[in-house]
Amino acid sequence: MLTKPADAELIYQRPESLSGVATHYCPGCTHGIAHRLVAEVLDEMGIREKTIGVAPVGCSVFAYKYFFSDYVEAAHGRAPAMATGIKRVLPDRTIYTYQGDGDLASIGMAEIMHAAARGENITVIFINNAIYGMTGGQMAPTTLPGMKTTSSPLGRDVELAGFPIRMAEILANMDGAGYIVRRSLHNPANIRKAKKAIRLAFETQERNLGFSMVELLSSCPTNWKLTPNEALKFVGEHMVPVFPLGDYKVIPEIADLKV
Amino acid sequence: MAKHLLKGNEAFAEAAIRAGCEGFFGYPITPSTEFLEHMAKRMPELGRAFVQAESEVAAINMVYGAACTGKRAMTASSSPGISLMMEGISYIAGTEVPAVIINVMRGGPGLGNIAPSQGDYFQMVKGGGHGDYFPIVLAPASVQEAIDQIGLAFDLADKYRSIVHVIADGNIGQMMEPAELPPMRELRKEPPDWAVTGARGRKPRFLSSIYIDPVDQEVTDIRLLRRWMEIEKHEVRYKEHFMKDAEIAVIGFGTAGRVASSAVNLAREEGIKVGLFRPITLAPFPKKEVETISRQVKRILVVEMNTGMMLEDITNIVQGRVPVEFYGRLGGVTPFPDEILDEIRRVRNNPSDNSKYAREEWLDRLENIIQGGG
Amino acid sequence: MPAYGWIEVNERFCKGCELCVEACPKDVIGLDMEHLTSKGYHPAMLIAEGCTGCGICAVICPDAAIQVFREIRKKDRVAVAA
Repeated sequence: MLTKPADAELIYQRPESLSGVATHYCPGCTHGIAHRLVAEVLDEMGIREKTIGVAPVGCSVFAYKYFFSDYVEAAHGRAPAMATGIKRVLPDRTIYTYQGDGDLASIGMAEIMHAAARGENITVIFINNAIYGMTGGQMAPTTLPGMKTTSSPLGRDVELAGFPIRMAEILANMDGAGYIVRRSLHNPANIRKAKKAIRLAFETQERNLGFSMVELLSSCPTNWKLTPNEALKFVGEHMVPVFPLGDYKVIPEIADLKV
Repeated sequence: MAKHLLKGNEAFAEAAIRAGCEGFFGYPITPSTEFLEHMAKRMPELGRAFVQAESEVAAINMVYGAACTGKRAMTASSSPGISLMMEGISYIAGTEVPAVIINVMRGGPGLGNIAPSQGDYFQMVKGGGHGDYFPIVLAPASVQEAIDQIGLAFDLADKYRSIVHVIADGNIGQMMEPAELPPMRELRKEPPDWAVTGARGRKPRFLSSIYIDPVDQEVTDIRLLRRWMEIEKHEVRYKEHFMKDAEIAVIGFGTAGRVASSAVNLAREEGIKVGLFRPITLAPFPKKEVETISRQVKRILVVEMNTGMMLEDITNIVQGRVPVEFYGRLGGVTPFPDEILDEIRRVRNNPSDNSKYAREEWLDRLENIIQGGG
Repeated sequence: MPAYGWIEVNERFCKGCELCVEACPKDVIGLDMEHLTSKGYHPAMLIAEGCTGCGICAVICPDAAIQVFREIRKKDRVAVAA
């Protein structure tokens, strides 16, 4: 019978910025990890009370239920535009969007590009799992060549369906961007790095240093038809080579920041 | 304040600023662009938000975001741009936040042209976007009316947490007329109690139009409908001229109503007992008033710059009590007073035998006029 | 060396996804196959001695379901105070 050590102290618990609502995400879905990291950063920076999140359309359409902060719900792809509207009239609040690959890189391509070009002082958390989760597993702009989805049942044929889009590289070219990085959630070491990146992204906004985005390579066990652990391995083995991890744009003041 | 010679779109933009607009997000489109340009100059001067968005799609979603904070937010566009905004409009309506949208209508459908038209009546009045919602629609007929109605639009939008469309057409947007601007209003200091502003010292709020359980959506739709019924009871507005002893009623809105007004004046000089009824609110539509008119006059002539859209609403209200005839010009063509005067004379002297539906009769006559070089 | 860490898994949140099971460097976590949560999952639990309180399970948990405890050794306390 295992017993708790008598002098054991609590060293980690749920962040306060997560509401107490159990999420609807599939078991092992990295959305949960991303949510937790954002919440931990909001706690550590003490900015929960001035934060307004913008939820997308996608599996995280109910993100507003899971965070203990003000939230609004955008139309599909339009979160960066909605965030722009809010930030322009309430410039001292912390505004972030949380978007999937369909929301950000397909229907929302114009909105994300122009928010970055305008240098909107908002933070974007981009969940890239190379598939459309909520609608049942269709091809996404980030789907890997050869990857089978319900709308590419024989595997993504680049002759017909083109190539995956690398958003971090593209947005890093915008002069208005202050912090554009890609991290991954497929193992604890990378999750720790992802958290640091999310922290620096919000610090970029705090200091009005331009548009910030953290692209997070994520898994979709259900639609990839893998177990949660197999799905994380897939991210490490197959997604990282196509979407290289790294810092694509870091404005000097953030590069020098010690957190 | 004294009257000045003011250009439509610029005056409307300034009126919006004085009514307390704190966020303007738009995209250039003729014939509304001067609105955006005036905002581009003035909003930064006042430290208020202005963004030229990448498209009308983005613009309406920026309005949506700003509206969620309780600040007065608006956009201005023209027919094809308004079409792009319809998804965002539905979202704003479903979230029950206020917004003001100016539509300076142009010839269509499709790319059409930049000339004035009223072809968006159905789109504006019947909703335009998906789902069960009911926008308020105001139709000015002059620069002064537009200035006044934009201030009214913001007040109604806030009062009912509703979308208010102010629909002009290219004529009104582009014309220069003597008009008076209202004084600058003070900005509201406290956000409304539903607004999303950062949960300092209070429970978090969220604003959304999602009601995933149909039962919850039904409750929301009922709430929107009940609110609409309140609006119908209290916010109908219209203008009438010479209706007291009228035997013929001419009904038109916006520019069509204004041109008809000149024709009615001329007809009265000829001794014809004709009057003009001009709805200001196309939604809520002045149903009771039109019903009363239909019990008074012998004939109704509807004048529009489209293929007969308000015509259908009026035909519905009149319920065959009196014959309803129609005159319209299309595609950006504006009717002249003498055309409508001819119609009034025809209705008085040779009314149609009503064997055909009003549209068919009118189309035969119109094609004759066009072939005759009219 | 006796274990000096401990975890508590909140059944309200745990979905039995097994990410923690795989990630635990001491292999001391497993699913409780004798028990179902109210949502029908087998929740994670400590199944062996050896937890060091490293917190890696909590880092990878998508549901923030894990509380991590650790004995702070006397010598570490002294080091902290210094």
